[in-house]
Amino acid sequence: MSTNSSLCGQVAAALISGKLKTVDLTNTLSADFPVIVLPAEFGQCAPFRIETLSRYDENGPAWYWNNITMNEHTGTHFDAPAHWVTGRDLPHNTVDAVPVSDFVAPAVVVDISAEAAADADFIVTRSFLEAWEVRHGKIPPRHWVALRSDWYKRVGTPEYLNLKEDGAHSPGPDAAAMEFLVHERDCIGLAVETVGTDAGQASHFNPPLPAHSILHGNGRYGLQCLTNLDKLPVFGAMIVAAPLKIKGGSGSPLRVFAFFDAE
Amino acid sequence: MSDPLLPPQRKDPLKMLHLGHTPPRLRSRAAKAMAVRAGQGRFVLQVCADCQTATYPPRDRCPQCWGELRWTDQPQDAVLLAETVVRATTDSFFRGHLPWRIGTVQFCSGLTAIAHLHGDVATGDAVKMRLVLDRGGNPAFFALPAKETPNMQDDPQLRVFTAAPKHRRILVTDGRSRLGQEVALALLNAGAGTVFLGNADRLMRFDGMDRMLATPRIDMVPLDMTDSRSCQELAGLIGGRVDVIVNTASHVRPGGVSQGSRLSTLQTAMEVNVAGLMRLAQSFGPAMAGRSDDGVNSAAAFVDVNSVYGMTGKQGFVGFAASAAARLALVAGLRGEMAAAGIRVTSVLCGPVDDEWHQTVPSPKVAPARIAKAVVQVLEQGLEEIYVGDVAEDVAQRWLKDPLLATREENQ
Repeated sequence: MSTNSSLCGQVAAALISGKLKTVDLTNTLSADFPVIVLPAEFGQCAPFRIETLSRYDENGPAWYWNNITMNEHTGTHFDAPAHWVTGRDLPHNTVDAVPVSDFVAPAVVVDISAEAAADADFIVTRSFLEAWEVRHGKIPPRHWVALRSDWYKRVGTPEYLNLKEDGAHSPGPDAAAMEFLVHERDCIGLAVETVGTDAGQASHFNPPLPAHSILHGNGRYGLQCLTNLDKLPVFGAMIVAAPLKIKGGSGSPLRVFAFFDAE
Repeated sequence: MSDPLLPPQRKDPLKMLHLGHTPPRLRSRAAKAMAVRAGQGRFVLQVCADCQTATYPPRDRCPQCWGELRWTDQPQDAVLLAETVVRATTDSFFRGHLPWRIGTVQFCSGLTAIAHLHGDVATGDAVKMRLVLDRGGNPAFFALPAKETPNMQDDPQLRVFTAAPKHRRILVTDGRSRLGQEVALALLNAGAGTVFLGNADRLMRFDGMDRMLATPRIDMVPLDMTDSRSCQELAGLIGGRVDVIVNTASHVRPGGVSQGSRLSTLQTAMEVNVAGLMRLAQSFGPAMAGRSDDGVNSAAAFVDVNSVYGMTGKQGFVGFAASAAARLALVAGLRGEMAAAGIRVTSVLCGPVDDEWHQTVPSPKVAPARIAKAVVQVLEQGLEEIYVGDVAEDVAQRWLKDPLLATREENQ
C-alpha cells in the first residue's frame, strides 16, 4: 500500500486496493451501433466503420491495424458547446479547447427508469427534479446530471432509437428543467443513455430541443449513449469523460468510466 | 419438348466438385467486338460497306473486296442444314458436358455457320438464331426452335449459355428498397429456388417489410454494403450457396459539383455504390468462381443494377453519376476476372428510377418492376449489358453514336 499522503496518492491506493470501484459507462463502437436518424433532407450521421489495413498478412506481416471512420457523434460520445447554434460564439466551445479540468467531474444520478419504462416519452420537468431533491438532497454545482433511464438495456433492439412513424420516442428534459439545472444548479452537463440529450420528440417542444439549446448555449456539455448508469450511486461517483482533441471538433466518441466508493 | 428441369438433389459430399473450366479465350479483336454485341443481346454479322456482303467468322476486312466491314443487325431466321453429336473432345469444358449437339445453319444472307443446338430442333427445321456468349465470354451461335416449345428454357445445352434463375439461389442486396423487393419477387416468379434478400439495418422497419417476411422462399439476411464485416459475415453464412448476385444497392441524391453539392453525400454514394460493390465481389466472388459448373444450381452471374448516367455524367445528379461511372469501371474489371472462372458479369443500366429521390425529375422514369423484369431477362438470356426504359435506351444510343456529344447533352 502506498504511504503517499497526497490526495492523488490516496486515490491511487484506493484504486489499487479496490476501495474505489470502476465502472465502464461506454457502449462498444461497432458497425451496428445505432446513430441518430435525422429527416432525410438533412446530412446524416455516419455510423462506425472499420476497414482492416493488415492483420499479420501480406499488407503487414507482423502487425494488425484498422482504418476507422465515424461521425463525431457516433456511439458513446461527448457534445461540446459548438455542437449547437446557441453555443457557436462561446469561448472554448470545441473539443480541442474545452478546459481539460472539465473532463473529470462528479455525477449525481437521477433515476427515471420507472417513469421511462411506463412512458417512453417521459419528460423530466422542473417539478420532477424539485421533488427528487426533496427525497435525495440538492443537486450540487459542477456535477454531471446523469439521467438513469435503463435505456442502454434496449441497445440491439428497435426500441433503443424507438423510431415510429411520428418520430423517435425516448425520455428527456423540458426547457424549464434545463434552465433549472444550468442556471440554478450549475450542472457541468447532462449525461444520458439515450442517443441524444433531448427527448425523442423534443423537436416538437417549444422551444425545440431544449437540452441541446440550453446546455450548449451556456457552455455546458452533453454525454450520450452511456451504459450502466444503474450501477452508480446517487451521489459520489466521479466521471472521467475526455473527448479526442479534434481541432475545431463539435464532439467526439470517447471512453467514459466512473469510479466511486466500493462500499 | 425439353424435360422440365428438376430441383437439384443435395450434393454427395464425397464426390469432387466439377470444376468450372472455360473455353479458350484467345480471340481476335473482331471476335471480341462480336462478343460485345452478343452481350447486348444483338444478333449481328459483319457486312461489307462496299459490296454489302455479309461474312462470318469475324474478320478485319471483307474477304470478297477488301472493303470495310461493319457490324450489322441481322434477321434471326435460319435453317438447320445438318447436325451431329460431339462425343469426344479435348476441350476441358465440353468434356464435362458430352454428348453435345452442334449443327450447320444457313442464315437469310446465305451464310452458313456452326451453331450449338437446342434439343427441340432437328435437321431441316426453321430455327431462330441467337448470338450468345459462352462461359468464357466468347461469341457463339445458338439455334432455338422457331416457336416456343414446352420447357424451352430448361434445355441443358441452352442453360450452359445463360444464368437462368430457375432453381438457383440468388442474393439481392438491398431488400429495403422497392427495387430490391420487385427484383426478389420477379426472380421467384422466374423459378428461383431461394432469394436471399439483404437488409442493412435489422432494427429499423421499412416499407414492404411485412410482405417480404411473409413471402415463401425469401430469406431476409443481414447485409450492409458499407460494412466490410457485414459482407464477410454474410458470405461466411451463405457464400457457398449463392449462385447469382443481383446488386440493387444504390445511394442517389441530387447535387452539383461547385453548387448545390455536399461532399458527405458523394462520400456516402461512393461507399454504397462503389466500395459496396467491391466488398460484395471480394466477399462472394471467390466462392462463386469455384462453383461455375456445379450442376443445376451452379454459380452463374453477378448482376449490377446501375445508372446509365455512369456513361455520360448527369447535371443535377453529378456525384451520383460519378459513382455510377466508377461502378461501371469496377464491373468491367470484374467481368474480366470472372470470365476466366465462367461467371457472367452484367450491368443493368437504368435512367431515373420512379422513386422518392427523383421527385423533381420529369417523366419518363423507369418503374422498379420494369427493372426487375430486365434483371430476369439478362439472366435468362445470359447478357452482359442492357438499357432499361426509354431514357436509358435514348442515352445509351446517343452515347454509342457519339460519346462526347451525349456527355455534353447530359450536362447542359
